[in-house]
Amino acid sequence: MIKLYDYELSANCYKQRLILSLLDVPYESVPVDFFPGLEHKSDEFKKINPLGHIPVIDDDGYVLWDAHAILVYLAAKYDPSGQWYPTGDPQLLGEAASWLLFAEGTTNTASAARLYVNLGYDFDIDVCRAGAHRLFRVLDEHLWFREREGLDWVCSGSHPTIADIAIFPDVVLSEEGGVSRLDYPALRRWTDRVKALPGFTIMPGVFPVGTS
Amino acid sequence: MTPTVATTCADPVILDQWHPLLPLDEMTADNVGHTILLGEQLSYQLDTDGAPVVWLAADADATALPVLVEYLYVWVCLGSPPEALFAIPEFAEPDRRNIHAGTIGVHVSAPRAIENFLDMGHFPYVHTDVLGAEPHTEVAEYDVHIDPDTNDVWATECVFYQPRAATTSTEGQMSDYLYRVPHPYCVILYKTTPLAAERMDVIALFCRPIAEDRIEAHMFLCLLDPDNSETVIRKFQQTIFGQDKPILENQYPKLLPLDPRAETPIRADKVAIAYRRWLSDLGVTYGVIPAA
Repeated sequence: MIKLYDYELSANCYKQRLILSLLDVPYESVPVDFFPGLEHKSDEFKKINPLGHIPVIDDDGYVLWDAHAILVYLAAKYDPSGQWYPTGDPQLLGEAASWLLFAEGTTNTASAARLYVNLGYDFDIDVCRAGAHRLFRVLDEHLWFREREGLDWVCSGSHPTIADIAIFPDVVLSEEGGVSRLDYPALRRWTDRVKALPGFTIMPGVFPVGTS
Repeated sequence: MTPTVATTCADPVILDQWHPLLPLDEMTADNVGHTILLGEQLSYQLDTDGAPVVWLAADADATALPVLVEYLYVWVCLGSPPEALFAIPEFAEPDRRNIHAGTIGVHVSAPRAIENFLDMGHFPYVHTDVLGAEPHTEVAEYDVHIDPDTNDVWATECVFYQPRAATTSTEGQMSDYLYRVPHPYCVILYKTTPLAAERMDVIALFCRPIAEDRIEAHMFLCLLDPDNSETVIRKFQQTIFGQDKPILENQYPKLLPLDPRAETPIRADKVAIAYRRWLSDLGVTYGVIPAA
């Protein structure tokens, strides 16, 4: 079974739990004492990932780290429909790659702001928040135009991709970092669509979509 | 009405308390650390004997503030401190695991965080399938009193159905709870442990007020759990607190209103009502909207 080196409050680990749940792939979560234990920086953990960060997966001896790289691998391997990582469509694949890079940006801004507030990380909080708003503005406008074309997801296909999953946690947890989504209505509608996907799963700080 | 949020603390009741700064093991002799308490910038370091020293960052003389090491944390006082901190005798029991489960920043006042900790009513909705589950939503009648010797607020005879009360749980249980508020910004929970019928796990929340509407909450555990790793125990506690955090941050106003007419309580809020009245009686003004 896939082992996921996991920290419950990590947005990047949540991305993996989310795709695994959406793809209905069983896995074992191996909790890492990321905080306050800093286990991911320990010599022991660096034998698993010399870069000293999580998430990491171990799929029957195949070890891979970096949140967005793991999404690529999991979708390519475990989605027989080929829709979550659309290798059969060069244009969609290009878009997915582009938005995965965008997700590196949301991780380094919105999720960094969250680490600053929640866990006391030493970041320039004003820079993080301003960067998050800059990216949210771009994504909100992008999604608004997508909606005008009758499309629901960040890439131009009719099915969500791992790009949605890479960006969603950074966005949906942003209020914890003091980054409000009040000014981004299309972004909020998109988070509700992600929450309505079959197999969607929550984490602390993420609420299921209203059932009423 | 938007209450004004003070930038520094002028409340003598709060200034004279011991406040939990950080876990002792996060202080080093090699580096000076910096943090904020009650709007004041503080610096800290271990001295050559390994004792914590804390001073106001703006103080050119770096006069040492009163400090205390208790329950894994360094406590500091910006005013005239009481001689001792409240007692948690379980801390010294040899078969206990004393664990710092983490410190989490929350954009809320300390009293709001304490009050949420005292509330059993939210378990099935916020901590679904862990600390509560529908349809077991009723908060049964419980007792509240103020200890005449220590002036601690107590809620006793609390009972709640919990699907997974602790890391040591193997099945759902009726948990017995005792709540104790021995400090305006600290709260202790005593709870049935699946492992020993006559003893209780101790779970505490020690809030460090950074500003009037912003805290860092230290989660302190004193458990009977010989088997689970610290990682597993911390994960359990952080998950629970992570679920509370967005609820806390969406409370409005962020300061706790002490006027009994300000918010409408239900029967289950008996201990919250007592806590608010107790804060009023102590004369606390920081982190609250005092009754008119």
